[in-house]
Amino acid sequence: MKPFDYIRAETPADAMRADARIIAGGTNLLDLMKLQVETPSTLVDVTRLGMTEIERAENSTRIGALVTNSDLAADPTIRQRYPMLSRALLAGASGQLRNKATTGGNLLQRTRCPYFTDISQPCNKREPGSGCRAQGGYTRLHAILGASEHCIATHPSDMAVAMRALDARVEIESNDGATRILTFDEFYNLPGDTPEKETNLAPGELIVAVHLPDPPAGRQTYRKVRDRSSYAFALVSMAAAVAVEQGRIASAAMAFGGVAHRPWRSPDAEAALVGREPSAELFDEAADILLADARGQGGNDFKIPLTRRVVKAVLTELTGA
Amino acid sequence: MTQQLKMDEVQPRLLDETGQGVLTTPLDRPEGPLKVTGTAPYAAEPSLPGMAIGVLVGATITRGRAHVDAGSLRDMPGVLGVYTAGMARNPAQGTANAAPVQPEGFVQYHGQPVAVVVAETFEQARDAAIAIRVTYDPEPGAEVDPETASHVDGDPETFGSFDKAFSEAPVRIDATYTTKGHSSAAMEPHAALAAWKDGRLMLRASLQMLKYNRNEIADAVGVDPDKVRVLAPYVGGGFGSKLGIAQEAIAAALAARELGRPVRVVMTRQQVFEMTLRRTETRQRMRLATDRDGHIVALGHEDRVSNLPDEVFSEPVTMATHFLYAGANRRYHHEIARINRPGAGSVRAPGEAVGMLALECAMDELAEAAGLDPIELRLRNIPDEHPETGQTYSARSLAACLKRGAERFGWSARRAPGERREGEWFIGMGVATAARTNSLGESQSRVTLNPDGTALVETDMTDIGTGTYAILGQIAAEMLGLPRDKVTVALGDTDFPPAAGSGGSWGASSSGSSVFLGAKAVRNALAEKLGCPPDELRLQDGIATGGNKRSAIADLLDAPISEVGHIKPGETAETHSSASYGAHFCEVAVNAVTGEVRVRRALGVMAAGRILNEKTAASQVHGGIIWGIGAALTEALEHEPRDGRVVNRDLAEYHVPVNLDVPDVEVEFIEERDDHANPIQSKGIGELGISGAGAAVTNAIYNACGVRVRDYPALPDRIFPHLP
Repeated sequence: MKPFDYIRAETPADAMRADARIIAGGTNLLDLMKLQVETPSTLVDVTRLGMTEIERAENSTRIGALVTNSDLAADPTIRQRYPMLSRALLAGASGQLRNKATTGGNLLQRTRCPYFTDISQPCNKREPGSGCRAQGGYTRLHAILGASEHCIATHPSDMAVAMRALDARVEIESNDGATRILTFDEFYNLPGDTPEKETNLAPGELIVAVHLPDPPAGRQTYRKVRDRSSYAFALVSMAAAVAVEQGRIASAAMAFGGVAHRPWRSPDAEAALVGREPSAELFDEAADILLADARGQGGNDFKIPLTRRVVKAVLTELTGA
Repeated sequence: MTQQLKMDEVQPRLLDETGQGVLTTPLDRPEGPLKVTGTAPYAAEPSLPGMAIGVLVGATITRGRAHVDAGSLRDMPGVLGVYTAGMARNPAQGTANAAPVQPEGFVQYHGQPVAVVVAETFEQARDAAIAIRVTYDPEPGAEVDPETASHVDGDPETFGSFDKAFSEAPVRIDATYTTKGHSSAAMEPHAALAAWKDGRLMLRASLQMLKYNRNEIADAVGVDPDKVRVLAPYVGGGFGSKLGIAQEAIAAALAARELGRPVRVVMTRQQVFEMTLRRTETRQRMRLATDRDGHIVALGHEDRVSNLPDEVFSEPVTMATHFLYAGANRRYHHEIARINRPGAGSVRAPGEAVGMLALECAMDELAEAAGLDPIELRLRNIPDEHPETGQTYSARSLAACLKRGAERFGWSARRAPGERREGEWFIGMGVATAARTNSLGESQSRVTLNPDGTALVETDMTDIGTGTYAILGQIAAEMLGLPRDKVTVALGDTDFPPAAGSGGSWGASSSGSSVFLGAKAVRNALAEKLGCPPDELRLQDGIATGGNKRSAIADLLDAPISEVGHIKPGETAETHSSASYGAHFCEVAVNAVTGEVRVRRALGVMAAGRILNEKTAASQVHGGIIWGIGAALTEALEHEPRDGRVVNRDLAEYHVPVNLDVPDVEVEFIEERDDHANPIQSKGIGELGISGAGAAVTNAIYNACGVRVRDYPALPDRIFPHLP
């Protein structure tokens, strides 16, 4: 760990410093600082700033950025209206970690790519231009969708996958007094040739809340496949909400974890489902569209057929087909 | 005085005659409250005046010479020194009794320590250990894949006419299994605190075998063993990785001497994975054949393991195969690939832990090929005498364990593969034999009976979380007729009489026998004081009776009686094949969509001679079965395919089983005495639970869904592509 200055923010403005890294639960940042994957010169602690409310508004629910994963999962509104989110949260990490980890911090957690977390290895995300050593190496955890020649890392969050399926948006305040609200696809980047730029959060900005629109119609679930039954990152995970009316799919939202640099969504696959009668053939068709551009790296090739199996099982469960 | 016994012949079962009743009973560990309240001092916890902190620096190449630029830390705050001379390549192997390789800057695996950076604080040392400039002259010839290694040692070994018998047999299977490497991953990382005074070294460390460790550290730093005292009163798990002295202890001792201050070195969690001895990966080809009645006629077990060049240890994969089942025609071929991965060494049940994953799965396949129930196949092939040496077996309750387990587990409800389904889950049952060789190691203990009616046991034996404090106190209390809480047990100090140490499942029986002998000598002295023949003496609750006399033990003594018990292995180890045996039963659910496996029930029925404490013994079996579940389903050291380093070097990515992976595990012991094992008729239990356990899981997977997993661990992607 590099020596660093520590500042405790008393007001949000204190936290919006371009020269500091924000720390909340610290469940990911501190580990990475010990390995010197992260080497901030200044940490600003935002945990005294409140932002721990879950508020119901007219057409949405607003989750404060410092609501812990445990509190969010247990919240009655979330459990009743957004059960996939509760399930996703409880599928992540461990009880101790969820007690510390926050909503904003969870969105910003870094990839678990073992080449990123080992500073003896080149990594374009950690040191732009140094190369991607993961390719040709150990790739069990890596992406099958949306990767680039510069980076094949995956985003490790479960929470964010459910939020992506729920069309959540991220509320961000800036030190110039502006507030902006980004969709997840606006917030998260694909790796492209700048894998170090994981989000569009700018220096001096602070995530203050996540907004969930009213829940989608129909049934929801979150399913996670992993190498041990708890405290393991997803091989493949899927958050979905599907409504069936008069024997046909009226709406469908599907987001995937463990497969890409950000929570993954395929509007074309969802569109292919709408207006159709649920069936195994239809679910295969949706999976075909979802996985049309999927590419394995060797060690993660299995994720492609596994994703298909999960899609079919989840859609079968939600539609009763 | 010393009461010495060489185990040349069967000894009377004195512990069945004593009357205190504290042996076998499931007593709590006396040191338990210290451990759960954080007040048992582990190696890294005590501080010494003037103590400095060292952090190891690992190499970032696979093979070549490292040049450490100490000057690069000139401006780093708090740095006191950088030491490179004498750094160990890898930990000493168990019972090595000499220093491990100290290659003076020559790197043979990625992560090998090349220096220790010492600073005033841990934070300063850790930062400096990352900042230090190390340059390398890489050398060609680095090889990290055991399958393509250029240098492979090992020769075949054959009994009878294997090829002929196998090819002519009516029933045969030929299957190849692979297992991944494992890390001991003890909760307490490797840690040491070294201090020198007047040319003498005091080393407080986390170690399993102090008698050997003292010689190893003395050799490593170039002093006489009598100038070294090693202390390890509490050890937070070892599992083999702390059998021999490791790099952090050698670094601490060398740095402390150079610096003239006490130095503490603790491995980071990542370094525990990168630097300590791993369990090798294996490839194992099993060829088994029976006659028409299900009697094995040919048995082949050929394996490939790996280790660094020159390491004498190699995983004895076929350990159990040699003695477990009958069959006149046998073939082995043990190959050791010399590669540049971290060193391989003993990890819980070396040999059986991986060998039985293959052997017991192959027996399941053979049973199916022979059209026999897998329990029946095993019962038919329990040999009358050791099939290779002709030795007689000592107590062996394998058949009883299999039969009792089948009854308790409800084995008769097992159905054909794929026939039992609950919703999305296939349900199945599996069985496997447990077996672990038993041995006796030379051990000494001093037993002192005080006039106040208390007793003290002293030995350099360790308690690595196994229950040594509990059982040695119980043996002494039973022999001396004292309540358990009147006996104090002091362990883990080389100033005490030397013991075999904790390893190879021999610790309880070996050190327990020495305590038994020491206490027996004390009894003889008491009999003399009471005035009765020793075999008439009865001791209970502090009262001695015998020869129509009766006295409080305290009244017989005006000074402490102190005796050293000394056990040595003898003839019985040659004439008899001694092992602990058992049977594993397991029920799993396999997800029909994802191939994820959940163990729903597990039962181990075990026989290991006299059980010294039913609670700590059962805990050992629980732990072993849990690791067996890990070996079957989750645990795998992943090596980078190009440079061999350990990729999953923390507990988030190296998947030991978590609570949700482990059901209620039931353990039952079959009553047994092993008269040929030692004078207390007990056998090893620490490694029995893991031996075979994982195969019961994969056999249950096959019974559930018809997918035969031969590549461990059975991760989802090794199952779902083959599901119906």
